[in-house]
Amino acid sequence: GQRSRREPRPGPRSPAAAASAPPLYDVVVSGGGMVGSAMAAVLGHDIHFHDKKIALLEAGPRKEYNHMPESYSNRVSSISPGSATLLSSCGAWDHVCSLRLKPFRRMQVWDACSEAMIVFEKADLDDMGYIVENDVIMSALTKQLDAVADRVEVFYRSKAVGYTWPLPSHSSDTSPWVQVELADGRRLQTKLLIGADGHNSVVRKEAEIKNIEHKYDQSAVVATLHLAEATDNNVAWQRFLPTGPIALLPLSDTASSLVWSTSHDHASELLAMDEESFVDSINSAFWSNINHSEFIDTAGAMFRSAISLLKPSGTAVRQLPPSVAKVEAESRAMFPLGLGHATEYVQHRVALIGDAAHRVHPLAGQGVNLGFGDIACLAHHLSAAAFNGSDLGSLKHLLKFETERQRHNVSLIAATDVLKRLYSTTLTPLVLLRTWGLQATNALPPVKVRI
Amino acid sequence: QLSLFRFTVKRPLSTSRSSVDSKEMKKFQLLAHKWWDEGGEYAALHSMNDIRVPFIRDTLLSMSTNYHLGNPLSGIKILDVGCGGGLLSEPLGRLGALVTGIDPVEDNIRTADRHKSFDPVLAKRIQYKCSSLEEIVEESMETFDVIVASEVVEHVADLETFIKCCSQVLKPEGSLFITTINKTQLSYVLGIVVAEKIMGIVPEGTHEWEKFVPPEELQHLLESNGFSVRTVNGMLYNPLSRSWSWVQSKSLNYAVHAVKSGAPAQSHSTDTLPERDIQQRPATAGT
Repeated sequence: GQRSRREPRPGPRSPAAAASAPPLYDVVVSGGGMVGSAMAAVLGHDIHFHDKKIALLEAGPRKEYNHMPESYSNRVSSISPGSATLLSSCGAWDHVCSLRLKPFRRMQVWDACSEAMIVFEKADLDDMGYIVENDVIMSALTKQLDAVADRVEVFYRSKAVGYTWPLPSHSSDTSPWVQVELADGRRLQTKLLIGADGHNSVVRKEAEIKNIEHKYDQSAVVATLHLAEATDNNVAWQRFLPTGPIALLPLSDTASSLVWSTSHDHASELLAMDEESFVDSINSAFWSNINHSEFIDTAGAMFRSAISLLKPSGTAVRQLPPSVAKVEAESRAMFPLGLGHATEYVQHRVALIGDAAHRVHPLAGQGVNLGFGDIACLAHHLSAAAFNGSDLGSLKHLLKFETERQRHNVSLIAATDVLKRLYSTTLTPLVLLRTWGLQATNALPPVKVRI
Repeated sequence: QLSLFRFTVKRPLSTSRSSVDSKEMKKFQLLAHKWWDEGGEYAALHSMNDIRVPFIRDTLLSMSTNYHLGNPLSGIKILDVGCGGGLLSEPLGRLGALVTGIDPVEDNIRTADRHKSFDPVLAKRIQYKCSSLEEIVEESMETFDVIVASEVVEHVADLETFIKCCSQVLKPEGSLFITTINKTQLSYVLGIVVAEKIMGIVPEGTHEWEKFVPPEELQHLLESNGFSVRTVNGMLYNPLSRSWSWVQSKSLNYAVHAVKSGAPAQSHSTDTLPERDIQQRPATAGT
């Protein structure tokens, strides 16, 4: 059931502060999506935050499931092993496993314009990653937030509408904290504000942090699909079409999730067409060789034989993706895609994580993993700061978080963008380049491992 | 030639045996409002927290058996002598300690009070008083578990009086933490000439080289006044990265941890130090 709105805590007992001063938190996380909730849960479970006060602000209602509905949700994420470890650290991964998830061992990525492909799999046949419905992750996090309710206060149906920033600490007689105003007029104060409010982040805008944005001329179509026949569905498939990549992510032995990035027009068509045509389009996208040209095929074949002469194990066996039989009713949806990167992740008493800081194309399946990576890094620095008795909002450790994450994120975001642009063309020279590039990458173990 | 720096320091005779030097007070008065500007005149002191707080915290944790989750210094009564604007009192308070901060400069206390007032947890745990150490001795005999005197002893008028007073207000087996600057050729060049006059790491005129304290002298004074010196560590500031680190050499800055003896106040005989004239140092020292 819904958690009822809590009463604001009594004001501070200091005689200097008026009795009407808004309640003061050590950390306020704005945005209760997967990344915001995980941030609050991880801090709430941190040993050095045992006596701290954390608030999580979420505009929507509380989401919790004791068991999942029969049909799969169409919003899923590819969770990397690193993200699984983070979720494990706050006890949420156990709940995910007890609800449902699909591990995959292999990723096959190939081009529509040539035979080139690359296969990712771990040498020891470990899980490469997990396909998990977003609702499952949210439910697991909600449970773990409940477990630390004495430290973390969650405000559901509470949208933050305004932020007031403090003046530099040495000069004022006014409050040094960030003031947060909610839609219903309630106010909070905090020593550190974490913005986890998505790619249109209000925190980022109000902090006047410049954001580099680019709208791709693409939308992603998602749907839940039923396979033609049951199979050991433990491979993630992605094919780069000239119009955009199409991916099939395993959900179970009989179901997979579709993420098809394509032009806005094509996306609308896909949503509007009848079920049968939709299924045909998907199968055709994965199986058709219409974009091959003899020249490219020959050049590709030559390169492949060259590699196999030099490195006998460097060409992988091509597996065939499953074919789709039908689509789950009402599961088709689309959303526009874009690129975004905040020029700063932090300011005095403010930090941005997740999509508020960076927004990527889904082709690399990295989006939420970048956000979880942000959390692991920020929580590490905040934990150390708390154990040193430092002011949590101090730029000193916030800048360390920013440097570490920007270094990591920028190269990945740039690479994803480059890949997206590279694969959006049928121009022969570029196709040849990426064909050989993909084949070469597939043959070179060190490069593959890094990816 | 080292002989340039060898002179006998004559402390000014005063009728009240006070450790407070009024000239020193004036220097700090002028900068009272600058304490909390992390990038300003006191930047080096702010970043010193990164090593002195863990030093105090970990030493105290290793000496106690209780651990309160989230508040490692819970229940410990600490006296912060020469607390200034409260730069060290606040982190200690955040770690759970009950801190009394004293400073003879009224403006410093006012700044410290105002800064803590916005945080109800700190406001409760920290008390500030405008006072010298001697002035609180009578009402605070054997009251504190810990005394912290960081970047203070190089400013006091009479170091021995200061140490005696520390002993009086400290509980038996209580800890005394001191950070200060050594008196060496190197500390003159780097600590005064470079730090103050050239790089502005420390406001000009803050320090007087004659009042710097060599660790041997400090150790001697401590041990002849009922303390047992447990640790002496060298510290070094890197002005480029604006950060402090622990180093082997004590020729510039150093930190001391000493423990008051468990027996009722008694001076110990000075037998632990090697025969050495404290004012004379071999020419090769100080590296």
